[in-house]
Amino acid sequence: MRALTWHGRHDVRVDTVPDPEIVNPRDAILKITSTAICGSDLHLYDGYIPTMRAGDVLGHEFMGEVVETGARSTLQKGQRVVVPFTISCGNCFFCNKQQYSACDNSNPAETADMSELLMGHPMGAAFGYAHLTGGYAGGQAEYVRVPYSDVGPIVIPDGLPDDQVLFLSDILPTGWMAAENAGIEPGDTVAVWGCGPVGLFAIQSALIMGAARVIAIDEYPRRLQLAKELGAEIIDYREVNLLEALTEMTGGIGPDAVIDCVGMESHGLTVDNVVDTVKAHTFLGTERPHALRQMIIACRKGGRVSIPGVYGGFADKFPLGQLMEKGLTIKSGQTHVQKYTKPLLDLIQQGKIDTTFLISHHAGLELAPEMYRHWHDEQNTYTKIVLKPGMVGCEQIAGGRGEQQEPREQRDLQPRAPELVG
Amino acid sequence: MAEAQPNQPERIKERDSSIDRATAQKALLAGGIAAAAAGAAFLLARKSNATAPDGPVISDAPAWTLKKATKQADRPIAAKTLLIGRPRAELYAVWKDYRRFPDFMENVEGIEPADEGASRWTIKAPAGKTVTLVTRIREDIPDRKISWESLPESDIETSGQVEFEDAPGGRGTFVSLVMSYAPPAGRAGQLVAKLFAREPNIQARHDLRRFKQLMETGEVTTNASPSARPSESPAQPRV
Repeated sequence: MRALTWHGRHDVRVDTVPDPEIVNPRDAILKITSTAICGSDLHLYDGYIPTMRAGDVLGHEFMGEVVETGARSTLQKGQRVVVPFTISCGNCFFCNKQQYSACDNSNPAETADMSELLMGHPMGAAFGYAHLTGGYAGGQAEYVRVPYSDVGPIVIPDGLPDDQVLFLSDILPTGWMAAENAGIEPGDTVAVWGCGPVGLFAIQSALIMGAARVIAIDEYPRRLQLAKELGAEIIDYREVNLLEALTEMTGGIGPDAVIDCVGMESHGLTVDNVVDTVKAHTFLGTERPHALRQMIIACRKGGRVSIPGVYGGFADKFPLGQLMEKGLTIKSGQTHVQKYTKPLLDLIQQGKIDTTFLISHHAGLELAPEMYRHWHDEQNTYTKIVLKPGMVGCEQIAGGRGEQQEPREQRDLQPRAPELVG
Repeated sequence: MAEAQPNQPERIKERDSSIDRATAQKALLAGGIAAAAAGAAFLLARKSNATAPDGPVISDAPAWTLKKATKQADRPIAAKTLLIGRPRAELYAVWKDYRRFPDFMENVEGIEPADEGASRWTIKAPAGKTVTLVTRIREDIPDRKISWESLPESDIETSGQVEFEDAPGGRGTFVSLVMSYAPPAGRAGQLVAKLFAREPNIQARHDLRRFKQLMETGEVTTNASPSARPSESPAQPRV
């Protein structure tokens, strides 16, 4: 089959690799119909995530048609399914607590060692990411093997196009959990750093959960425009003094909750960020947590810090004293995708959540390396790329759709958060 | 099984320092990107300079978490405890039926009954060779504990035990696998040393982790899947 494979920093290629096979009884094989490039794929592309190996198949946001099933899979051939990027057994202590991304069994014994060494405990596995998280092949390919296929994949009813449901695999639940982790209360002002796909979904989710105001922060006008259409107030941090602006916009109080949808590759020409960038490129440190430092300073006393953004290891100059003195609460973590797929699919079917607004491009799998370059270099134009293995060429969704359609009125959709926890 | 004993964190770091080197080596070969991980691991694995207190050990932590500076006669060379979300009796029953060992013990090729209730193990060694181990059960407390030791005709002198203890809060069972062995002599011994001495701890930990996977999920987890590395089969684990 054809698959997008990683060969080093800024070097991804479409190679012919062997087809996946059923190995364990709970496995299934999917024929991929849609697979997106994620912001966290850029961390791999930039070489910031340790334990990648040349030849690894990338991709952790995908959906497709079931073409083969193991003896204990509950899926049936021909079903359309979306697959969570987190691989979870559904049986262990963590899965039983719905902390699916912490699954204790999905990381094989050999690769679990590495993450146990680095993190203190073995991490749960994910598709198409580094060997720290299991070393499983990803879904930017024609086919993929899905372990524990009786637990993760969610069957999609006929009539829902791929673009409406694909993001159930990662960024939609990730944005939702980011807002949930912000512990939003009525009247809250929530500040969201980063208006990439997760940031936009976090904004949408925060408003659905009842935030009075959402302030969105980015530097790309196209992304800020999308945030504004969702109902957020926007700040281009290149234009204003961000900390002062946030304080002034909240009457000296500061945002009640802050959400880091940026992660380890924070932009911005500041002293701390330049130092962090040099260190990251020389492997003296992995993080560039400029945005996170700002968030902690900006957040109100006793406020909440939600970190869906990906970090890989150690950070320098972390404002720990500020965190303590201000009495902040931090919540973070890889998304427990399996917990959210069903209720979020319901919201999509009811028309309460739209996921298509941020897709800017469709492209064939063969164009994936080019699309990685665009996604990396032109974040203003390329707001989200969906690869379709069957497609030839590339199609730009005019203006990311936002300009063509009427302004969205997301704020009127749902006044309070629906109860998601089962 | 006491938690959060003051001695424990340091001990765990020390124990991992040997894995650190192997892991870093492998990762560097893979492309150099893991330098960051190795650096992080180095920071984590740095040994504490604190000396152990004099007098009898007062910590409730298991013996294998003791620092080397702490005097203790029988320190096992490999030990690991994992929570497994199944009842004690069920786990004991599988461990009692040694025919299932090859399902989760990677290096075990086969086990057959030998004379007088002993078992003969065929264990994989480097270069396609195998070594033989003959063991007898030393102690068998139903649903609680099985311990074994090797008989003189074995290529390796080893002993071990597996213990099953109810985890608090109905979470399942704490399963502890403890192994000791004496360095063998002779050619076979060298072979075995290569196999065991370098990483008995890793092997025991992997075997126990696979046992947990098998008992909780019904299968042993594998990342078997395609890659652009020609040597790898999509049906074999990717290491």
